[in-house]
Amino acid sequence: MKTRYWTWLAWPLGALPLGWIVWQAASGAMGPDPAETFVKAIGWWALVLILTCLSMRPASQLLKVPGLVIWRRTFGLWGFIYACLHFLAWATLLLGWDPSVLGQELTKRPYIVVGTLAWLAMWPLAATSTRKARRRLGRKWTKLHKLIFVTLVLAIIHQYWVQKSGYGETVVFASVAAVLLLYRLLKDRILVKKQP
Amino acid sequence: DQVAKAMDGKPDSDEALTPYQDVTHYNNFYEFGTGKTDPAANAHTLKTDPWSVTVAGEVEKPGEYALEDLLKGLQLEERIYRLRCVEAWSMVIPWVGVPLASLLKKLQPTSKAKYVAFTSLADADQMPGVRSPFTGIDWPYREGLRLDEAMHPLTLMAVGLYGRTLPNQNGAPFRLVVPWKYGFKSIKSIVRIELTDTRPQTTWNMLAPNEYGFYANVNPHVDHPRWSQSRERRLPNSFFDPNWVPTRMFNGYDQVASLYKGMDLKKYY
Repeated sequence: MKTRYWTWLAWPLGALPLGWIVWQAASGAMGPDPAETFVKAIGWWALVLILTCLSMRPASQLLKVPGLVIWRRTFGLWGFIYACLHFLAWATLLLGWDPSVLGQELTKRPYIVVGTLAWLAMWPLAATSTRKARRRLGRKWTKLHKLIFVTLVLAIIHQYWVQKSGYGETVVFASVAAVLLLYRLLKDRILVKKQP
Repeated sequence: DQVAKAMDGKPDSDEALTPYQDVTHYNNFYEFGTGKTDPAANAHTLKTDPWSVTVAGEVEKPGEYALEDLLKGLQLEERIYRLRCVEAWSMVIPWVGVPLASLLKKLQPTSKAKYVAFTSLADADQMPGVRSPFTGIDWPYREGLRLDEAMHPLTLMAVGLYGRTLPNQNGAPFRLVVPWKYGFKSIKSIVRIELTDTRPQTTWNMLAPNEYGFYANVNPHVDHPRWSQSRERRLPNSFFDPNWVPTRMFNGYDQVASLYKGMDLKKYY
C-alpha cells in the first residue's frame, strides 16, 4: 500500500476548524454573544464535515486516488465529534443544563428535535466505525451506514430552520447534498448495468 | 455636534450600557447581509448625505424633504432604551433623536390618518443584501405603526447613538426606535413615511405571518413558534455566562399598556 503514508493527514485537517474556533473564542474575537457564535460555528462545521465525508468516495473515484476513501471515515468521525461538541456547547453554554429549559427545548422546538435526531443517528455509525465492526457486520454495515443520509437531510433542515431568513447557505448545502445523492444513485445504476 | 449636544450625561436607566463597539458590530440589517457582522463590514457603501425622505398620504404637508429640512426646528434628545431582538438577545443603547410625535405634528396628519407606514432604502448598488437572491425578503423593507403608537412619547426617530452620528450599520441617517417592540419594528435608513387609513404591509409579517405579527410587542408569554421569548441574553455576555435575564412585558415599558387595553395580545402578537 503505497498511498498509506498520507492517509492520517485527514485527522489534523479535521481538527483545523476546531482549533480556529477555539482560538477565536479564547481570544475574545467572537463578539458580544460569544457562546451563541461558538455553538453556531461548531454546528456549521459539523455539517461541512459530513458533506466532506460523503464527498470522499466520489472524489476518490473521479480523481482515481483510491486512498482518499480512507479519509471518509476520518471526516465522518470528525463530523460526529463536531456534532457532539455542538450539542454539548448548546446544552452547557447556552442552557446551563437547566432541566426545565432543556426539556422544553427538546420537545417543543422542531428545529432542536430535528437537529438532535440528526446527531443521534450518527451514534451507531461512530460505534461501528472500526475495521473490526465493519468486518463483523459485513453487508449489514453498508446498509447501516446509509443512515448518514438521514443525518444529512435532517441536519440541512435543522440549519434551514435555525435562521430567520436568508437561505443562501442552505441552498449551497442542499445543492452539494443533492449532487452527492445523485452521484450515488447514478453510480449504482452504472455498476449494475456493467454486471453480466 | 448637534447630535453630541443632545447627550446630557444624565442616566435615565440604571442598566449598564452595551458598549459602542458591540452596538455597532452586532447588527441585523439584512440589506447588508444576514450575518451579524455583515452590516459593519459592508455598510460603508451606503451614501447618507444628501438624504431625502418622501412624506406622503394623509398629511397636510406632503412632499420630498431633505433630511435636515424634515428635522428643522425639532429638539434632539438622548434616550437610553433597551433593545429586545426577536431572536432573544438584548442591548441597552443611548440613542439621539427626535420624538416621532413632534415630527408628525409638524407634518400634520389629516383626520383620516390611522397608521404610519415606513419604507427603507432598497438600492442594490449600495446594498449587497438587496442584490442577493436568497434573503427571501421582498424589498424594500417595510414597517408600520398605529398612529397612537407612533404618537407615543417613547417613540423616537433616531439620528445618532452614543452622542455621535448614527453609523451606517445602525440605520443611518434616520431610523425608527420603538423600545417596547421587537427590534425588527425599528426600521432603518428610512426614505418614505406615509400616513394611511388602512394597516400597512410589514416585511416580517409578509414573510412569516405565523411568526411575526403586525404589533410585535415584546411579550414573554407569547413564544416565537421556534423559540421561547420568556428570557433574553443581555449583551455583551461572556463565553461561560449567557447572561439570561427575564423578558418583561412591553420590554419593561409599562406606560404603553393603555394603548392595547382590551386587546388579546396572544392573538395580536
